[in-house]
Amino acid sequence: MNNLILRVVSKILIPLIIVFALYVQFHGDFGPGGGFQAGVIMSAAIILYALVFGLDAAEQVIPSTLLRVLASMGVLIYGGVGLVSLLFGGNYLNYTVLASNQIAGQHLGILLVELGVGITVFSVMLIIFFAFAGRGRI
Amino acid sequence: MIDVIIDVTVLAFLTITAVAIVRMTNLFAIVMLFGIFSFLSAVMFIGMDAVDVAFTEAAVGAGISTVLMLGTIALTKDRKEKYPGGHRPWLPLAVVIVTGATLVYGTLDIPAFGDLNAPSQKHVAPYYIEKSMEDTGVPNIVTAVLASYRGFDTLGEVVVIFTAGIAVLLLIGGRRRKSDVAGQAGEDDDE
Repeated sequence: MNNLILRVVSKILIPLIIVFALYVQFHGDFGPGGGFQAGVIMSAAIILYALVFGLDAAEQVIPSTLLRVLASMGVLIYGGVGLVSLLFGGNYLNYTVLASNQIAGQHLGILLVELGVGITVFSVMLIIFFAFAGRGRI
Repeated sequence: MIDVIIDVTVLAFLTITAVAIVRMTNLFAIVMLFGIFSFLSAVMFIGMDAVDVAFTEAAVGAGISTVLMLGTIALTKDRKEKYPGGHRPWLPLAVVIVTGATLVYGTLDIPAFGDLNAPSQKHVAPYYIEKSMEDTGVPNIVTAVLASYRGFDTLGEVVVIFTAGIAVLLLIGGRRRKSDVAGQAGEDDDE
């Protein structure tokens, strides 16, 4: 696609979308948002890139093998936080034991868990998008 | 008062959008209207002070699912099929009216919106509102409930999303293999 305006505008927008996704991800404790929303917004940035610059360019940015690894890694991070809290002597997914006091432990646990959610949602959305969009050009 | 005006206006727009979706045949326009429908729902959620839900609705409903439906249209075709002949609307219409009337009748027993004595406000909600800051130090109660108190549920949700990704990959993934096959066929032709 050779639409100059689309290319320029999306090149300006994509970094902003990514920064906003990171803000939603890591500010979810304080404002609206969290892993689910951040993952979707982050994948929207890549989808915009794919729509304007083509699927092949987008797959060079994020190869589909990497996406599969990331999707599993998000779930592993989430489950891993639970296992670590088991090892530290708490219940599964009880973050209090992760740090010296309850507030710090809960903060750390929620941050890690939301990160896992964000990574999985981001990569699964892109996996689905690439699967749908890739069908058309065999 | 202003809440009521906003609610009535947004509900009216939702109804107009839904009727337009039903009456249109151009699937591209219908997908766009679905996006508008999602945005209007998000506005309604904001009116109910559920910003986290509104956020998700705007991002997933209006953003991602619109793109996925457009991708599907690109793979299939962009117009509805004509209805086969002999279609009579009366039986489906009766079913819809009876179901709708039952649902409306059911809402009569639901407590008013924001009612302090509603069962949902009496159960664990007071504990979360009073203690979540003390327990987790996270100002956003939604995040505290989602990630900490209800961590198991959220783990389940993440696994559901992961499973959806795997299912899509199994069903329509594997584009690389097909293009490899196409490439080999091309080489065979050259030979």
